[in-house]
Amino acid sequence: MSPHTGQRIVFGLLALAAAAVVLPLLLVVGYIVWQGLGAISWEFLSAMPRNGMREGGILPAMVGTVLLTFGTAIAAIPLAIGAAIYLAEYARDNWVTRFIRLCIINLAGIPSITYGLFGLGLFVLFLKLGTSLIAGSLTLGLMTLPVVISTAEEAILAVPQSFRVVSISLGGTKWQTIRHQVLPQALPGILTGIILGLERAAGETAPILFTVAAFYLPQIPRSPLDQTMALPYHLYVISTQVPGMPLTIQHGTAVVLLFFVLSMNLTATLVRSRARRRRPW
Amino acid sequence: MGSLLSWGKGRVSRWGEFAVEGFIRIAGGSAIFLVALIFFFLLREGTPAFWEVSFSNLVSTRWYPTFGFYGILPLLYGSLLVTTGAILLSVPLGLATAIYMREVAPSWVREILKPLIEVIAGIPSVVLGFLGMVAIAPLVRRWLDLPTGLTAFAGSIMLAYMALPTIVSIAEDAIDAVPKAYRDGALALGATHWQTIYRVVLPAARPGILTAVMLGLGRAIGETMAVMMVTGNAARIGREWAALFRPVRTMTATIAAEMGEVAQGSVHYHVLFAVGIVLFLVTFAINGVAATIALRGQPHRGGQLMR
Repeated sequence: MSPHTGQRIVFGLLALAAAAVVLPLLLVVGYIVWQGLGAISWEFLSAMPRNGMREGGILPAMVGTVLLTFGTAIAAIPLAIGAAIYLAEYARDNWVTRFIRLCIINLAGIPSITYGLFGLGLFVLFLKLGTSLIAGSLTLGLMTLPVVISTAEEAILAVPQSFRVVSISLGGTKWQTIRHQVLPQALPGILTGIILGLERAAGETAPILFTVAAFYLPQIPRSPLDQTMALPYHLYVISTQVPGMPLTIQHGTAVVLLFFVLSMNLTATLVRSRARRRRPW
Repeated sequence: MGSLLSWGKGRVSRWGEFAVEGFIRIAGGSAIFLVALIFFFLLREGTPAFWEVSFSNLVSTRWYPTFGFYGILPLLYGSLLVTTGAILLSVPLGLATAIYMREVAPSWVREILKPLIEVIAGIPSVVLGFLGMVAIAPLVRRWLDLPTGLTAFAGSIMLAYMALPTIVSIAEDAIDAVPKAYRDGALALGATHWQTIYRVVLPAARPGILTAVMLGLGRAIGETMAVMMVTGNAARIGREWAALFRPVRTMTATIAAEMGEVAQGSVHYHVLFAVGIVLFLVTFAINGVAATIALRGQPHRGGQLMR
């Protein structure tokens, strides 16, 4: 067999592998969407669950997930952006910085269920916040930090040095340079990172299991100290814990959750590609 | 001049600037503080288990909390079995996909594949678990003629797909970072495209690929929801080969399933936190190795790893 025939076979196999990664999931997701769209009606989206969740809608779970996503944003964004600015603009290349990076990589690698345990230990029990929106948001916010830090740092590093040089040479201080030259240019990249981080938080179940999620609570939370239902946990509950659950409601809930998450994904992609086209450098 | 330049909306007082820079420095160091805090709280809630339960009980092979048996070996076994299966599936697939996307595929195919893989990365694990329950597990049961499809094998498939996006994107970056001169050199010497990839590009990209594998491993072993929903959750150790096609129970699933029902401060509660400590240490070691490999090569770039 000549090397070129061999190459053709190998490349064919590689293409097959890529197809095997992408196609099955598309098929299965397509199937779920196909099945689930039938379940979606105005009532499903706007009503409280009834009869042990076997009838009615998923409104409280949707509201819960939206509130949690906002809470996560509030908890994560200031610290993450601060850390990203530090790493990109202030940190020297020494062992402290390397140690910080090592810690961030480890934060990113800590399993989501471990974040759940930590949230239970610190926020729910030690700080006595109870199972509440605020405890869940803080837990999810922590989990989101590394994603936002790394994308924001990359966005800041991508701003050309000339922007900084000009600003400093005109007498701007370091912070003025960052605030008025670097951050505005890096904003789309930072936004992309934030949206991707929130996307992950919105879909997570394990960290909210013991920190905020309510099994069956057909009401809208009224204060940050309330429990709430949330879409991912609701999907888990109705697909494993409730006997005699109609499949259509399961499929419908899965579709709504997928829609939430994938629309955030799409937004991030759009922000990024728009910014690439308009970039002045 | 100074007053002219700092005039207007951008004016920040010296003290304001000092405060902002102080916050930035604190935020920068916060990662260290947070890792320490997480470890501290796991220890605080978990260590009592080590004197409440005898050591021989903890390392026994029976996990039966209602009767006071807290052997975590079956859980460790479950996690390892499912993760090994996932890695065996996802590393070859992920690596092949990365090579295909970077080296072989025409650019329009890559433009389609890349966002699709990001979409896969974005699918919540509970949705994957649901897909596994309604689609994969029944297939596994029918094809392999098993009493139930909720097995370690089904879990491995789900985990493989959870780990794939990580493996593909990091391996892709590693391949991309190989200098073009290497390729040109090999091609000029008469090597075919595939020979160049196999003998030159892949060896040069090895540290990055190793990082990709380690991070995929870390992601797989820490995955909770999808695994809990499709592995059947039976805490037992099987020595035979067919164990892969029986239900198992992982560390993550055990914590997730049982923590909601235990009394706070009970022995069971402490043991679950102890399982959390084991899990934390395992992932910490895996990520530490991945980070060391990656940061050694390029001191400034760990971006991909932090996600």
